[in-house]
Amino acid sequence: MSCAPRPKLAVWKFSSCDGCQLTLLDCEEDLLPLADRVEIAYFLEASRATSPDPYDLSLVEGSIATKDDIDRIREIRAQSRVLVTIGACATAGGIQALRNARDFEQLRSVVYAQPEYIDELATSTPIADHVRVDFELRGCPIDKRQLLEVITAFLAGRKPDIPDHSVCFECKRRGVTCVTVAHGTPCLGPVTQAGCGALCPAFGRGCFGCFGPKADPNTRALLPLLRTDGLADQDVARLYRTYNAEAPAFREAAREATDTVKETAEETRR
Amino acid sequence: MAPDTGTAKTPPANDADARELAQEDLQALFDALTARGWTVVGPTERDGAVVLAELASADKLPYGVGVALAPGGYRVRRREDRAAFAHSAGPQSWKTFLHPERARLWQADRDGDGTVTFTPDAEEKSPVPRYALLGVHPCDLAAIARLDRVLTGGAFRDPVYTPRREAAFVIAVACGEPGELCFCASVGTGPGLRDDAPCDLAVHEIAGDDDVRLLISAHSARGAEVLADPRLPVRDPDPQLPELARCQTEAAERRMGRELEAEGLRDVLAETLDSPVWDEVASRCLTCGNCTMVCPTCFCTTTEDTTDLTGDHAERWRRWDSCFDLDFSYVHGGSVRTSGRSRYRQWLTHKLGTWHDQFGSSGCVGCGRCIVWCPVGIDLTVEAARLREEAGASEEGTA
Repeated sequence: MSCAPRPKLAVWKFSSCDGCQLTLLDCEEDLLPLADRVEIAYFLEASRATSPDPYDLSLVEGSIATKDDIDRIREIRAQSRVLVTIGACATAGGIQALRNARDFEQLRSVVYAQPEYIDELATSTPIADHVRVDFELRGCPIDKRQLLEVITAFLAGRKPDIPDHSVCFECKRRGVTCVTVAHGTPCLGPVTQAGCGALCPAFGRGCFGCFGPKADPNTRALLPLLRTDGLADQDVARLYRTYNAEAPAFREAAREATDTVKETAEETRR
Repeated sequence: MAPDTGTAKTPPANDADARELAQEDLQALFDALTARGWTVVGPTERDGAVVLAELASADKLPYGVGVALAPGGYRVRRREDRAAFAHSAGPQSWKTFLHPERARLWQADRDGDGTVTFTPDAEEKSPVPRYALLGVHPCDLAAIARLDRVLTGGAFRDPVYTPRREAAFVIAVACGEPGELCFCASVGTGPGLRDDAPCDLAVHEIAGDDDVRLLISAHSARGAEVLADPRLPVRDPDPQLPELARCQTEAAERRMGRELEAEGLRDVLAETLDSPVWDEVASRCLTCGNCTMVCPTCFCTTTEDTTDLTGDHAERWRRWDSCFDLDFSYVHGGSVRTSGRSRYRQWLTHKLGTWHDQFGSSGCVGCGRCIVWCPVGIDLTVEAARLREEAGASEEGTA
């Protein structure tokens, strides 16, 4: 180990389930070499020992869901040289962003026994809506291999190799038979960003979009196929609104699907 | 490397050296190949498809498995006979084994005093896999010939493909059962095998009500050597067999589900670059990249550089890429082909048009995979015909 000061790594949590942070702990055999290369300066999931700022690399999990979150992320941004958001919550608002399109007051009163104690924002939003973000790592949860790639790229001062093409690339490269074409299974793979290694299709299931939209997705072209494969328009909307509900392309896709429902209903009325 | 198959119509009916092998004796062929150090790769049924994989034994072949194809649709079905090679347009092509999806090109290590040592992978001791490709249909044999031209026929011989290709033993099987989306006959690559088809063994599979017989001829010296293996229970063919093979090919030629009018297509595409057809296709195209991944001749790759956590070890890998990836045309400042329209157009005009300028032939061999495995079923034969119509219309307009 070299005597030069090691870069300081910090891991932060906002509104989230901790699954992405666990992915870092899950790195197992790579965790010790990583601890050699960086000083793990702030990572409460792993250790209560912390070092003061500044931090060279901050990994941020979770979405902005409270007023306090906004202040805290601004402070963290000011303390961090490089800030990378990890996971669907931090990059797209997460599952909790489902509330964005609903009546928040009503939800709060239905969900909590004593809603007056709940001090939440009406929306759950990605970190990048509030501060400058240097890189967004997708996934619900993120992929261990991709996380290590981002960290090693940061250590080497290079651009991380995180493709933004479709999951189909990974199915084909891995030799997974297309579940849509060969089985008629609804799959979001053609509009979803790669990174998971085609996990679900490899087990015969359709992709449900947990890595969010691929670059320039054509969700409008996928809609008729999802219908042919047996999804009702409401189910299509639900599929898009699961993990990355507030990712703009998926939000739009869900709206497109339900808009057609409304249009059809109106046509029927006429 | 072997020449292109060109038009392939005549089965080796007059080949005096052809031998007959009963299907139940295929294991002996496996044994003869394995004894000579080849790993057999061939079709097998898995996950609701006929995939290509390393096969441990002949009983893994998809006996009696056929397919039903539609644009964006693929289903296996049970055949009435026990033919093992009567299927088409599976989810992979042989490039999986000759032009692997990911390969390391070199490694670099930095030692304590800062000296960097490069190790190209070609110089490594890692043995080149020796595959016996069993069941290569004529369209796919033509595809391998096109890859030969691209990856070994120019100034630079591809360091990954070339040794794999040279080591490969190719057993071609004439196609007796073209699929609903096949069009090899119209692009001149099948369904039969010419006497000089570039393979080691050429096979006709004749399936009867009770048995399946293989008519095998050697097309290379090592093919002849394998065929002469005393453990291979081959015999002089039933005199009817060559005639049955010829009839099978002729019948197959008449059963092509699709047609691609190849004549002049290069010019048609060059003249229709601004056609509204491209916009219309783009409205349906997912830009998912499936067509390029399943295409047996799409060869594009990108490189990825990796470093390990110490920062003292770096590797350069290459992996399959696709012109449907935005990053594919990324130059300083951004991607050149940002619209789906420009990316689909790049694919089709290269495959059917500018491939001629680069490599002296079309890049399409008529296997139909891009139509089957496009989730939304975009059909390049239909799109090419629409463009031809447009080109014709504009010519009439100017005449």
